[in-house]
Amino acid sequence: MAKRIDVSGLTAFYGSHKAIEDISMTVEPRSVTAFIGPSGCGKSTFLRTLNRMHEVTPGGRVEGKVLLDDEDLYGPGIDPVAVRRDVGMVFQRPNPFPTMSIFDNVAAGLRLNGSHKKAELGEIVEKSLKGANLWNEVKDRLNKPGSGLSGGQQQRLCIARAIAVEPDVLLMDEPCSALDPISTLAIEDLISELKERFTIVIVTHNMQQAARVSDRTAFFNLAAVGRPGKLVEIDETERIFSNPSVQATEDYISGRFG
Amino acid sequence: MDTTTQNTEQPPPTPPEPASAATTAEEGRAARGATRPGDRVFLGLSRGSGIFLLVIMAAIAAFLAYRASIAIGKDEGNFLTTMEWNTNVDPPVFGIAVLAFGTVISSIIAMALAVPVAVGIALFITHYSPRRVGGVLAYVIDLLAAVPSIVYGLWGALVLVPHMEGLFGWLDTYFGWTGVFEWQEGAPRSLLTVGILLAIMILPVITNVSREVFRQVPRMHEEAALALGATRWEVIRMSVLPFGRSGVISASMLGLGRALGETMAVATVLSPTFKIHASLLDPGGGTFAQNIASKFGEATETGRDALIASGLVLFVITLLVNGAARMIIARRKEYSGANA
Amino acid sequence: MSTAPTPAPTRATVPTPRTLRGARLPKWSPWALAGGSLVLAVLLGLVADMDNPAQLGLIAAVLFVLGTYGVAARVEGRRQAKDRVATSLVWVCFLLAVIPLASLLWETVRQGVKVLDFYFLSHSMGVVADTETGGGIYHAILGTLEQVGLATVVAVPVGVLTAVYLVEYGRGRLAKAVTFFVDVMTGIPSIVAGLFVLSFWILVLDMGYSGFAGSLALAILMMPIVVRSTEEMLKLVPNELREASLALGVPKWRTILKVVLPTSIGGITTGIMLAVARITGETAPVLLLVWGTNFINTNPFADPQASLPLYIYQQYANSAGYGAAYDRAWAAALTLIAIVMILNLVARGIARWKSPR
Repeated sequence: MAKRIDVSGLTAFYGSHKAIEDISMTVEPRSVTAFIGPSGCGKSTFLRTLNRMHEVTPGGRVEGKVLLDDEDLYGPGIDPVAVRRDVGMVFQRPNPFPTMSIFDNVAAGLRLNGSHKKAELGEIVEKSLKGANLWNEVKDRLNKPGSGLSGGQQQRLCIARAIAVEPDVLLMDEPCSALDPISTLAIEDLISELKERFTIVIVTHNMQQAARVSDRTAFFNLAAVGRPGKLVEIDETERIFSNPSVQATEDYISGRFG
Repeated sequence: MDTTTQNTEQPPPTPPEPASAATTAEEGRAARGATRPGDRVFLGLSRGSGIFLLVIMAAIAAFLAYRASIAIGKDEGNFLTTMEWNTNVDPPVFGIAVLAFGTVISSIIAMALAVPVAVGIALFITHYSPRRVGGVLAYVIDLLAAVPSIVYGLWGALVLVPHMEGLFGWLDTYFGWTGVFEWQEGAPRSLLTVGILLAIMILPVITNVSREVFRQVPRMHEEAALALGATRWEVIRMSVLPFGRSGVISASMLGLGRALGETMAVATVLSPTFKIHASLLDPGGGTFAQNIASKFGEATETGRDALIASGLVLFVITLLVNGAARMIIARRKEYSGANA
Repeated sequence: MSTAPTPAPTRATVPTPRTLRGARLPKWSPWALAGGSLVLAVLLGLVADMDNPAQLGLIAAVLFVLGTYGVAARVEGRRQAKDRVATSLVWVCFLLAVIPLASLLWETVRQGVKVLDFYFLSHSMGVVADTETGGGIYHAILGTLEQVGLATVVAVPVGVLTAVYLVEYGRGRLAKAVTFFVDVMTGIPSIVAGLFVLSFWILVLDMGYSGFAGSLALAILMMPIVVRSTEEMLKLVPNELREASLALGVPKWRTILKVVLPTSIGGITTGIMLAVARITGETAPVLLLVWGTNFINTNPFADPQASLPLYIYQQYANSAGYGAAYDRAWAAALTLIAIVMILNLVARGIARWKSPR
């Protein structure tokens, strides 16, 4: 199921403002790729171009190619709705549907994609909640609203919701930035488990987190204030953190700027 | 007034808590007491105004009830069930059955037509139209909500009524057999026409509030649905409508309050008869407000008191509807606060 | 957690075969469908002998929605079809609502300009019979200005002071009661306010019908609107501003008068103007209390007066069928809308001009 992402020459705009310019990279299947870089360098924007969420913002526009295995997400005749079903996303702040129960939250994506029998639905919900390490905490209150959970639990609920539809890729936009350290640890453990099944891309502000969870790391930077963000380099995480090939990366990682 | 409220001047010892910022900050401000003469006068004036408002409300209820009781005492019929309005004879016979029926039916028609369309327009503005078009449209509808009801009444009587004949004929041809849509000629100045005009009148009101609620749906709820691969309609069904539901309900209640109490638009369009018709297309029937306006000119003293009694009933009904709307809004506040 | 190590399940959990490529209808298809349903509706109309454009429009709308679903369901699948139906329904709602509202404005302007001129604005209806042409609305404009002016003079101080009480002092049960009843008052039908003044001012105190009696009812309708809008504006004044002033040793009442109110004066003015616009068009209480006259009465405290909304109603109701009276009613309606719109636009202008501070 997990698929490879091949980006070439990707540029994204907000109206006439160019947010990121000419980005090319490959994301390996069944691995965790982390995006790091200073605020405003376009890492979140880039992440959102990978499931065509960028164009949802008014004025959002993309040029270039994103190949999911061999299919260009921006090719003619591609349905953005179908793209988002296959490339799941977890957001910065946990966003369970406030009016739905825990069960319905996990089942939401499944129900969209055709009718499931009740038993089958329950099975998948249980499997997804187990996959998100949340089953033991919520199995007795599946019919309670999802908004009653703690922040960390809500975020794991969102992950369960995303993996329930068996996407090919899972995008995570700073999934731990609104969480306390213990919940963060739980999510990080979960990420290392999930990479067995999914291609995972995670944006993070926290370099230790990138070092802990990712296999490869991409460093983004702004050429100058007001200029579009660029990919500086992407490499094995160990190399990025020990011996990066670009000076700016080393400066950023060692805390000299950013 | 209420003596227990007098001690609001004494600063209570409870320190303001940082938790719920806005309210406690205000209490803290109020707690710094009014000790100087200037402060005391100013506090007295402003509190006096508040009390004055309460007195007016109490007076409205009291005076209406007082005059109404005089009228009901003289009534030879049953005030609630009599289907006549003969106040100028001795003994007077009158009852509100026809008015209650007409008011409820015309308001139901108005709501049934206006609410879905208003929700549709609100969604059109917030989620379908290009942003600039939506902004202009919202502004125009805002202004339309300010058009006086007498203008709607004039337009209804002189433009809408002639256009209703086609619809009435069509309804009679295809649905006449139900009895509800039977049309025996006559000008189309019936409760159905009134309902349609009321719907057009309250449409801007309901649209405005609904649009405001839909606009406030947190972006992240919509993105949650989008990221699961939801179409635009599915995003609306999964996040926008559940979030906006109570807001739409309370908007509808406000619109209903308007429809129930509308006077001039009904008075110009309806040709009133004091009868309950089985068919919505038969000219006739009446509403509380319309009946007051039309009968007031020739009413004797008993007649006026009788109209005041019917006005009291209308007052109570609108109070109940508005109270329900407020309760829904209050509940919504708690609910959205928990998820903010 | 047993699922973690197992390799990716080969069984497809989603029944539909996965593809990113959805068959899509071409961009022009909604327009083609709309045109097609319009033509079909007209044809059907010819066959069934219907010629009412509204009727044909409704049939076309139904055909459009059904056709969209049919075509989209066949080409794009059920989910996309539902999405398209929702889109077309929303468009239909929009068009449905635009027709009567546009007609309202258009007819008022078209019919209103017929007799609207300087003569019409500067003459009364004295010695002009309802059936004759001529006459004007001078007396009605005068009456409306005086009644609304008096109502504003009564309602604004009470309204603003109540709002100040609620925001700056309000605590405890009194404030709660006031808040609640202000809400309740907002929903009072205007005719009920009229009946109250009738029963209190005219029946109990035995005063006569006059412009002032109407103003009292209008003031009752205006007060809660002023309280609500002023309250919102005062709440927007940052607390730091109050504290800065208090910390300088300025007494609270002077802080409110010199700091809080001036800061929010733009918003408060906007609210008051919107409230004025709202009561300018109120007819029902005026009908009960001001009574109406064809002559100029400059004294709002004695004898019946005219008023613009009441004038429209009386021209319409008392002279049914006479074109001259209808023309005057439309012209008065246009004048009334113009006044209300100008008040609204100016109010919004003030709000926009003052808001970014």
